[in-house]
Amino acid sequence: MNLTLKIWRQKDAGSEGQMVDYKVTDISEHMSFLEMLDVLNEQLVNAGEQPVAFDHDCREGICGMCSLYINGEAHGPDRGITTCQLHMRMFKDGETITIEPFRASAFPVIKDLIVDRMAFERIQQAGGYISVNTSGNTQDANSLPISKHAADEAMDAAACIGCGACVATCKNSSAMLFVGAKVSQYALLPQGQIEAADRVKNMVAQMDLEGFGNCTNTGACEVECPKGISLDNIARMNRELMKANL
Amino acid sequence: MALDSKVPEGPIKDKWTIYKDKINLVNPANKRNIDIIVVGTGLAGGSAAATLAELGYNVKAFAYQDSPRRAHSIAAQGGINAAKNYQGDGDSNYRLFYDTVKGGDYRSREANVHRLAEVSGNIIDQCVAQGVPFARDYGGLLDNRSFGGVLVSRTFYAKGQTGQQLLLGCYSAMNRQIARGKIEMFNRHEMLDVVKIDGKARGIIARNLITGEIERHSAHAVVIATGGYGNVYFLSTNAMGSNATAAWKIHKKGAFFANPCFTQIHPTCIPRSGDYQSKLTLMSESLRNDGRIWVPARIEDAKLIQQGKLKPTEIAEENRDYYLERRYPAFGNLVPRDVASRAAKERCDAGYGVNATGEAVYLDFASAFERYGKEQAKIHGIKNPSKEKIKELGQAIIEQKYGNLFQMYEKIIAENPYETPMMIYPATHYTMGGVWVDYNLMTTVEGLYCIGEANFSDHGANRLGASALMQGLADGYFVLPYTIGDYLSNDIRTGAIPTDTKEFDDAEKEVTDRINFFLNNKGTKSVDHFHKRLGKVMWDKVGMSRNEKDLKAAMAEIKAIREEFWKDVMVPGAANEMNVELEKAGRVADFLELGELFAKDALIRNESCGGHFREESVELDGEQKGEAKRNDKDFAFVSAWEYKGEPADAVLHKEQLEFKDIELKQRSYK
Repeated sequence: MNLTLKIWRQKDAGSEGQMVDYKVTDISEHMSFLEMLDVLNEQLVNAGEQPVAFDHDCREGICGMCSLYINGEAHGPDRGITTCQLHMRMFKDGETITIEPFRASAFPVIKDLIVDRMAFERIQQAGGYISVNTSGNTQDANSLPISKHAADEAMDAAACIGCGACVATCKNSSAMLFVGAKVSQYALLPQGQIEAADRVKNMVAQMDLEGFGNCTNTGACEVECPKGISLDNIARMNRELMKANL
Repeated sequence: MALDSKVPEGPIKDKWTIYKDKINLVNPANKRNIDIIVVGTGLAGGSAAATLAELGYNVKAFAYQDSPRRAHSIAAQGGINAAKNYQGDGDSNYRLFYDTVKGGDYRSREANVHRLAEVSGNIIDQCVAQGVPFARDYGGLLDNRSFGGVLVSRTFYAKGQTGQQLLLGCYSAMNRQIARGKIEMFNRHEMLDVVKIDGKARGIIARNLITGEIERHSAHAVVIATGGYGNVYFLSTNAMGSNATAAWKIHKKGAFFANPCFTQIHPTCIPRSGDYQSKLTLMSESLRNDGRIWVPARIEDAKLIQQGKLKPTEIAEENRDYYLERRYPAFGNLVPRDVASRAAKERCDAGYGVNATGEAVYLDFASAFERYGKEQAKIHGIKNPSKEKIKELGQAIIEQKYGNLFQMYEKIIAENPYETPMMIYPATHYTMGGVWVDYNLMTTVEGLYCIGEANFSDHGANRLGASALMQGLADGYFVLPYTIGDYLSNDIRTGAIPTDTKEFDDAEKEVTDRINFFLNNKGTKSVDHFHKRLGKVMWDKVGMSRNEKDLKAAMAEIKAIREEFWKDVMVPGAANEMNVELEKAGRVADFLELGELFAKDALIRNESCGGHFREESVELDGEQKGEAKRNDKDFAFVSAWEYKGEPADAVLHKEQLEFKDIELKQRSYK
């Protein structure tokens, strides 16, 4: 395949960015999208130019590092995947592909297609944990039975990889799916219940402080989420918050 | 310098307890005056950072990713072992210890492995307390499954995402400490050198990957937890950024590097499809519980398959070679990873591979569909079910068990594995070799520790499934916090370590000189060009099957690639900015040295052991004819290499392994 790529180039956080056109040729449909960008970068390096910076690491769809807004969709035109799992067979010969960073004021651009998702870190630090001593003197694991249903539901919420697609695709740049997933995991389990009220209040307060928008139940986040995290988690977070404020 | 493993005296089951009772402790008030640097925040580094901070030390943690949650521990799928005996099937600390030593082909250190087994149960308690959503049975208790190489169900799991959930558990513990100010987190930072003062590790030089700024950080002790070096092969199941730089830099500053040639080749990966490929994806080993592995029995069928003119479903049963079942009737498709990998390579080398490159074998679920389908038909009282109905019922069971893996395969290969057999091929996965450490997990440099996959001690020549996560968390949560305290008890009066000393000046200069060299070199070839060439030599000559002639050739070839790299590498951009090519250049420079030492280590180990088949060391007759032959008389040692400039000049030190509690036995899977 031969393709035209329109890519956002931005030197650093303080510089202005712009779309730049590139051509790549002989792209195999078996390549992953990121391997196609590798080909472009090899081409740029051989010409002595700076390659396009983009985030990626495990390339197995689980670390949550890769991002990219491709043809107007977070992680591109396929469902239930991250960008590293997107393959070139989803595109046609001669196509023009637009590649932008995840855009949200809480995710400032670091360089080219790389954004800063530290806001997610600070939300987690505000209470996304159970205050247990890491001493190894905790009670025997089976002394705390948890129903299979609750454990499975907690696992579904915990499957969030923190990639930020939910924020990128939301018209309000809301982080509620991400925060809802984390709050839900702990709300569904007996551990850490004693601090549940503080947890949800602190995490939501930090989320607002970071400049994420509110949820208007559009549901775009659930559609674009690579791990199928459900909107139910947002509802649960809202219930937890109400309960905490009563 | 003589190697001292510092294994405590006493019976093996009491060593750790006696040790803990006798070490020196640091008063909580004094811990506040002691700084510890932890490099790498995966399972080992993350758990260590959280626990050390919990104890009261000031921790500075470094990660090259934007968050500890991205570390490659997150990609581990299968599970984590612990000798809880919840299933009542006869598990015990001793059995876990025994299975791990045997599984490692008797090349790990007994005392370390026993300690690992002892603390394994605590890991599960700790993780459950943190809110890790392990799988539960209907009674609400923890569920277990069985994994290769063992006879009990001791593997705890969270769907196919156990590594992810364990990592998020220690990440949450870290977040709690970051919020308290006890961990200072340096994301997007890479350690580029260690700083030694009076022979002790006292700090590191790191580069801020966003601004390019070179930073000095001091501490009373430094802990390296940076994972394995599988990317020396270019293609591996490791994350793209996984690198050996921190481990290699400390090697050059005096830490011995042990058993570099011990690398796990995992049998069930999605095969390579072209030269552009950047990495390989692992499919969980659990698939072998239900899949049957085969290649065409007739070479003409294999050729037609390779050309795309014949489909696997068109090959009749009698024209298929289920080679594992043929060669290993007792274990069949469930032989350990090393045996399965080697057998796949043997068939493909003989020309029977089943994809365009000839480097793939089939993993076929057709008979599992039928077996489960018939069972389901009986359960649901369906009389005389049609073939289609049986298949449909069977597929539903397989989907429940491995649905996410089948989906992953389909996304990558664009073939439906429910309709046609999967293609798989071995790939580099985990490195058992690493920095040499003593029982305290200290390297040969005082105050410099190494934990998790980055060290060498617990897995021997072959790592069993579900034991990597166990070692990472054991080291970080439960071992290092004790052993490092014993060392730091001598530092309570030292005070803060200044960074404006000659030692820091020198180390920083070395780092900046190297960066400037890369940027001013103005060569003609990209970093990846050299990395790919190194990877090809490593795979062809230092891969699953090795011989003296090829290993010597590999050493010469790697040296030649390295010399060309330093002459002709091109790195665009500047030092004071985010520069991905510059990051890669430093890492590949280190792989080019490590690769040569790797080949040298393989050369001296003239025995077949674990996943390392030495063509000169095979069983010549008897039932085991043609199989790998271990040589305990001459090679029951750890090879620990001392840096002397060129990798070819590295000096070998041997730590003789003692097996007092476990009898050395040949492994047989016939």
